[in-house]
Amino acid sequence: MLEIKNLKVNYGGIEAVKGISFSVPEGSIVTLIGANGAGKSTTLRTISGLIRPNGGSVIFQGGDITGMEPAAIVEKGITMVPEGRKIFPDLTVLENLKIGAYLRKDNLNDDLEWVFSLFPRLKERTWQPGGTLSGGEQQMLAVGRALMSRPKLIMMDEPSLGLAPLVVRDIFNIIQEINRQGVTILLIEQNANMALKTADIGYVMETGRITLSGSGAELLANEGIKAAYLGS
Amino acid sequence: MEHLNNKQKILITAALIIGLFILLLVLEQFLPSSSMLFVVLKKGAIYALVVVSMNLLNGFTGLFSLGQAGFMLIGAYTYAIFTIPVEARPMVYQYFNGGIVKFTLPVIPAIILAGIVTAIFAYLIGLPVLRLKSDYLAIATLGFAEIIRAFFQWDKLGPITNGSNLLKLYPVFHSVIFPFTVAGICIAIIVLLINSSYGRAFKAIRDDEIAAEAMGINLAHHKQISFTISSFFAGIGGALLAMFQTTVQASAFRATMTYEILLIVVIGGIGSVTGSCLASFLFIACSEWWLRFLDNTTYIGSFKVPLLATGFRKVFFAVVIMIIVLFYNRGIMGTNEFSLDALIEFFRKRFSKRRKEDSAT
Repeated sequence: MLEIKNLKVNYGGIEAVKGISFSVPEGSIVTLIGANGAGKSTTLRTISGLIRPNGGSVIFQGGDITGMEPAAIVEKGITMVPEGRKIFPDLTVLENLKIGAYLRKDNLNDDLEWVFSLFPRLKERTWQPGGTLSGGEQQMLAVGRALMSRPKLIMMDEPSLGLAPLVVRDIFNIIQEINRQGVTILLIEQNANMALKTADIGYVMETGRITLSGSGAELLANEGIKAAYLGS
Repeated sequence: MEHLNNKQKILITAALIIGLFILLLVLEQFLPSSSMLFVVLKKGAIYALVVVSMNLLNGFTGLFSLGQAGFMLIGAYTYAIFTIPVEARPMVYQYFNGGIVKFTLPVIPAIILAGIVTAIFAYLIGLPVLRLKSDYLAIATLGFAEIIRAFFQWDKLGPITNGSNLLKLYPVFHSVIFPFTVAGICIAIIVLLINSSYGRAFKAIRDDEIAAEAMGINLAHHKQISFTISSFFAGIGGALLAMFQTTVQASAFRATMTYEILLIVVIGGIGSVTGSCLASFLFIACSEWWLRFLDNTTYIGSFKVPLLATGFRKVFFAVVIMIIVLFYNRGIMGTNEFSLDALIEFFRKRFSKRRKEDSAT
């Protein structure tokens, strides 16, 4: 579904991504794990059009989307849940969700119902400003907002960041539930354990390169990964 | 708490507006037309429009722009240039052979044209300027406003703008109803815009540009829309101000005017339309009327009240501003809006509390 070929990105004066290639098959959960500064977020931002790459290509459903405007990429069906949630604090929960569907002109009621069925907690808080929600609720709102654009592929940048372990589990359950409902997922995580348990395919990124790849289970069993990321 | 339904709300709002206009009409019948009250109401209504238009940009879209006075100038000049009666032109343009504009537009089309011309200028200025962020945007817009002021005073443009001389003898309003109607309609349009999906996008950009962009909101496009629309209404405000002052001269539209407007935005609450309106009337009433006494040397008996002298009003204002910024920095309304629901709730609480106290005693 998504094909990254030899992608190179300079960001902030350094070569943050040094020619990586990977693919995300339709209907799967793919995770990109790695330490801080490995270039994971830069990769996601490049795919979503927020940063322009210096080389390589991004192919989505057979079409080249390299360097397209973010709005055009959202319209193609790729939405990002940004790192640190980045919900709109002064807008109400409902307004936040509606912004997610900004490029759509059709009726939103079904989608709102869908998001509320995934996150019943949001339904109780429709009129509350986003900034007054707890961290976990904000993450749910960020995911719900992304779903409102009816994406085919949803990319999540560290959804577990700064959340309590129980809440992290909730979030990952929801990620799997969304995937079951037909949305392909590309997940970036430092919480390698949780991510690899959830993912079908995993890639390990180190200083701008992909150094390892395999199924989630394979990587979980890999001694090197255990030593570097799983702390055992 | 029982909420009012929408139909009731619309009815009550309509009744309040009609009530306000009847009140204004009655006041005009019974008070002398020279009363300070009318000066305050007229100027207050005009400022309310300009302040709300600036709030659309600064408060709702998060673009810190300081070009308001420049845009008002364009509106004021456009209105004046196109409405001076043909027979009065030789007198107004005495140094420029009666100018080159040889026709006159009716008032309402001229006001709309003032908005459109301002919007076109703003669009062109926005193309380079809106790439900048925060302070840099403020500096650039301030610079453009000064350029506009100098440009309109340029001698070579004299046949159109009358150079640095006054424009006068154009049609003006006498009744307070006129500015209230025009400003009211414009503010209503801005409110509709803010509550539309565009308004939501503006607020999203204000809250978080990156997230807004990731949601598919085209930043450049939306900033441009907000900037142009805000300037459109600033231009209309400028036209009204020209009518209020009866003469117009570019040198009056200094940066101080922008600061004054920005100040009212802050006092009213950045991101609150009703706050802006309320603060406009309060500010104008204070500066034009209630605090005038601060500028007059006053004697109580033979005792000369210290400090009261020309310009002291400004000092007093400066202190008020500092107090607001330090202790009350969200303004009168914050980002809240005045609403009937809130008002009814407020009185109900007061009332029930008093009743409880009554029954307790």
